[in-house]
Amino acid sequence: MSEGTRLENANPVIFQRSGDRVQTASEEDEDVHDPIDDREIFDLIRSINDPEHPLSLEELNVVEQVRVKVNDAESTVGIEFTPTIPHCSMATLIGLSIKVKLLRSLPDRFKIDVCITPGTHASEEAVNKQLADKERVAAALENASLLEVVNQCLSTRSI
Amino acid sequence: MNPVALPLNYNLVQLLELRACVFLHCCSSSLHFTKLICLFVCLFCSGVKDGKFTVLQLVEALGSSLTSSQPHTRARGVLLLSEVLQECYRDLTEREVEVLIAFYENRLKDHYVVTPPVLKGLKELTKCTNLPPGSAVSMLRSVFQDIHVQVRLSYCCTFKGLGADFVFGFVQSMDGERDPRNLLLAFQIAKNLIHRGYELGKFTEELFEVTSCYFPIDFSPPPNDPHGITREELVQALRAVLTGTPNFAEFLLPLLIEKLDSDVQSAKLDSLQTLAACVSQYEHKHVAEFLQGLWTAVRREVFQTSSERIESAGLAALTALTSCLSRSVLSSDSEDSLSTFLDFILTDCKHHLCEPDLKLVWPSAKLLQAACSASTSASHIITAAVMPSLLEQYNNRAQCSHRRTLLEVVQRFIHSVKNYESVFLAFRESLCGVVFSALSENNSSLQITATSVLTSLAQQAGLLLESDIELALDHLTRLLLIEEDDRVSLAVAECAGALAQLHPALVISKLIPRLKNEMYTGKLLKISCILGTGTHTSSVYVTWPSCLVLLSYEIFSVDEVVLTCRSLQRIAEQVQDTEEAGRCFHNIIIPHLLSLALQAALQGEKGSVKGLTSFILRHQNSFNLNLLSITYELTDFHPLSPEATTASRAVSLFLDGDVSFLPDNSFPSHMQLLKQEGDSWSLSRLVCLLMGSVCSLPRSVEVPQIDKLLSALEEMSCTCSHPLSYTSAAKCFAGLVNKKPQGDSLDSCACPQVSKALLLRYHPLFTTLTDKLFSLLDDAGLGPMAAADGFSLLMSDSTDVLNRACHADVRIMYRQRFFSENKAKLVQGFNAAPQEKKPNYLKALSNIVNKLPKQVQVTELPALLSLLLEALSGPDQDIHLTTLSCLEPVLVNPPQVLIQQLEALVNRLLALLCSPAMSVRIASLSCISALSYFPVLPFRARVLRALAKPLDDKKRLVRREAVQARAQWFLLGSPGGR
Repeated sequence: MSEGTRLENANPVIFQRSGDRVQTASEEDEDVHDPIDDREIFDLIRSINDPEHPLSLEELNVVEQVRVKVNDAESTVGIEFTPTIPHCSMATLIGLSIKVKLLRSLPDRFKIDVCITPGTHASEEAVNKQLADKERVAAALENASLLEVVNQCLSTRSI
Repeated sequence: MNPVALPLNYNLVQLLELRACVFLHCCSSSLHFTKLICLFVCLFCSGVKDGKFTVLQLVEALGSSLTSSQPHTRARGVLLLSEVLQECYRDLTEREVEVLIAFYENRLKDHYVVTPPVLKGLKELTKCTNLPPGSAVSMLRSVFQDIHVQVRLSYCCTFKGLGADFVFGFVQSMDGERDPRNLLLAFQIAKNLIHRGYELGKFTEELFEVTSCYFPIDFSPPPNDPHGITREELVQALRAVLTGTPNFAEFLLPLLIEKLDSDVQSAKLDSLQTLAACVSQYEHKHVAEFLQGLWTAVRREVFQTSSERIESAGLAALTALTSCLSRSVLSSDSEDSLSTFLDFILTDCKHHLCEPDLKLVWPSAKLLQAACSASTSASHIITAAVMPSLLEQYNNRAQCSHRRTLLEVVQRFIHSVKNYESVFLAFRESLCGVVFSALSENNSSLQITATSVLTSLAQQAGLLLESDIELALDHLTRLLLIEEDDRVSLAVAECAGALAQLHPALVISKLIPRLKNEMYTGKLLKISCILGTGTHTSSVYVTWPSCLVLLSYEIFSVDEVVLTCRSLQRIAEQVQDTEEAGRCFHNIIIPHLLSLALQAALQGEKGSVKGLTSFILRHQNSFNLNLLSITYELTDFHPLSPEATTASRAVSLFLDGDVSFLPDNSFPSHMQLLKQEGDSWSLSRLVCLLMGSVCSLPRSVEVPQIDKLLSALEEMSCTCSHPLSYTSAAKCFAGLVNKKPQGDSLDSCACPQVSKALLLRYHPLFTTLTDKLFSLLDDAGLGPMAAADGFSLLMSDSTDVLNRACHADVRIMYRQRFFSENKAKLVQGFNAAPQEKKPNYLKALSNIVNKLPKQVQVTELPALLSLLLEALSGPDQDIHLTTLSCLEPVLVNPPQVLIQQLEALVNRLLALLCSPAMSVRIASLSCISALSYFPVLPFRARVLRALAKPLDDKKRLVRREAVQARAQWFLLGSPGGR
């Protein structure tokens, strides 16, 4: 954060983190098939770091479990994320991070749809369009400096 | 010998040589040297001044004394020259100065006795007005190169008179220096320059510039650095220079403000730490004009940082700055910079405290508290400004989470001013009101926070009145008795424990009696909590007899009995330094417990036996170690010492059915506790109580009837069918065997427990037993079992009997010894075994290697790696699992040999991803994840492809591990990754 740059939203509301998923007996049973469910997808993305704050997307309420929809049988995942303020310039980057995280963590068969919660961002359509465009996402990841920021968002935070 | 009297036809140079000759003679004879040298100096000086000869001619003439084989003669020669220079440095030409400097620099390499006059000469030369350009630098460089630190420091002293000029010379000499060794030296010199009071004069800024250009230090030592200079050393040395004098303040503070804005985390950290260090020497006038800038920078770091280290460095700097401002004496016309500064802080932070659900609450509170903790005056100003609004907020907010945050903030404030009494006196009443109202609230997290606020308040000396404590105890007692939430009970008990330490009399008179009354009505859980945490011995004494009474009541559930036992155990640990308590335990409590256990066994009750056993065992451990060693010294190994009594009673109970020492004696006589009757094992499992009583004895105590006991135990361990009974019997047997004096006859019995007992003490019989175990590996039926479990038992730490706390005879490094004696046997056996028996050996091997200390694993790995890789390619899932668990810790810091085998390892691990056992798939994935820290870039694409499959595993736990592993591998070699 070099001189003169100010955070767009320096004092956001902080939300509680959900605890770790409780392990069930059926998860330990070799023979039971555990379907990929909403919580599992949510666990993948909730710990992504915000590009600006030392906080996770979950703590900023950018992602919520109710806005995660997965259908294991049809291999679709739909995620809506909510920027903290309507003019957040990081919206595309956050969406890209979510998308990349899911691309790396889910089997190929899934169709991944990441978009902004309707009515929560000024340039909602433009951002959604960018995130839906496979080629633009691929091109963005060819850009080393952009990939660097995304990787930082996806790295486990170090103190 | 007046030289003037010499014949006139001598030319001047010859005259000079003659004089030098005489001087040389004087040097070697060393008679009246000081007087002589004055004379010669006069002579030569006048010669030079009159232009009769030049200094260079003098040097030539002195030639023989300067090149003498005697260091002392050389030193005198140089001294003479230096003395001459002192008188006539004004008359030297530039050319002469140059030659002389070259001469002196060369002399620096000479013997150490020559060094002082050389330095003197150099000092004189620096006074010359026509010093050739660059010569100062070259002189200092030679000085720094050739002179040892001590000499150099004294040289610095010599040069003190030069003042600013020397500083300038120094500045020039270190300018552009890059070698870390020289830099370290240069920083030390600069520090000395500052600390020894050199006149920096107009070169203050130059000295600052030439050192501060290295700030912040960005240095990482090369991998094979022979000098071992670390970044930290350079940082500390430079910091000592920069913070050394308030004269630097006007340059340093702007620099720090600038560097704090850097993107580099280490630069920020260094700047904050330097700030904290420098202001400790400053007064308010030095910092006054930078206060706004410093505050803005520190605030930004604390508000926005992602690193806890930077945050805490920022807070420490703020505390240092505030205490600097608080320390200064103000003159009548200067403004009060402390209140100006605190105003900045309050203006920027106070309003955030009114938004308890927003992010900046905590950073703001921390900043205010950092300032608060700096001084009494600062804490008065800040608490006066903040506390009323915090307390008002608390009363106005309805949401419990908001109230809790506010209460936590209040607690941190109380904590931050713990060194300044009376700061909170004005708020005592309202604080107590808030705490008590929070304790009465029906929200557990609010109650927990309130108890810790209460503890902090009570720890402030002289703050709470006795009536406040009484009221607090009322609240705590109420919560202890009615509260269902364990976390609250625990917090309340901790708070009560803290109060018991501060106000023992009040707690004993108010809290304990009411708890005792309630005990019999079944509120055991909480009470045992407080019993366990009450740290005051007297409160413990009041309560333990009650515990015992409780145990005899039948209305309590097994859980409650176990809890009471645990409380007893904690009490035992706390009062273990009194003899009286020890006797009480052995004479009353243990018989009581044994009797209860026996009763329970006779009634066929399950469960409680285990709780009691673990109690007796653990209690004895802690007891034996401290208390009874004292008792032993007192009673001089008297056979009736409490512990021996317990042991002999237990033995006679188990062998002879002697129940006479048990209270409430209504037991049938002549019970056969070591015989299993039919399928009933309710009595036989009591053998674990025997184990608890006899196995923890020190080796010096003789167990009565030991041979009879051993044979009974052996029979039981071989014939009994109940697992707990026969393992306890075997452990008890092993425990006794381990302590039997060397030389006694031992029947061999191929039981791993016994082998372990012998292995621990390096008993010679042990090898026979090991061979037996090895032969079992070839046994078709017993092989897999004996191999796996037997060897893992041998190598693991025993938690109950065979450990040092139970006085077992445990030699150091028995695992390494076992391994080094048997590894060859194992490898041979593996090679010789038929194909279907090989897995047994691999299993034994992986069980053994798994338990070895990591250093040994790393050194043994080269020899065993191929075998371990073999183990990974076999079909047995258990072997896979144990082998993977040996490999994983080694992977954190892998030995070279593993890196050479990466290809094989990666292949095996990837193949295991298809294992039918999910635990193997998980273990393999976590190994693959650890591998990503190796030089494995060439494998990246292949591993990422292979990891795509487990992402779709049917088990969630496997998928989770796969996601982690794949994320790690994606970061490998990617920008922003690794």
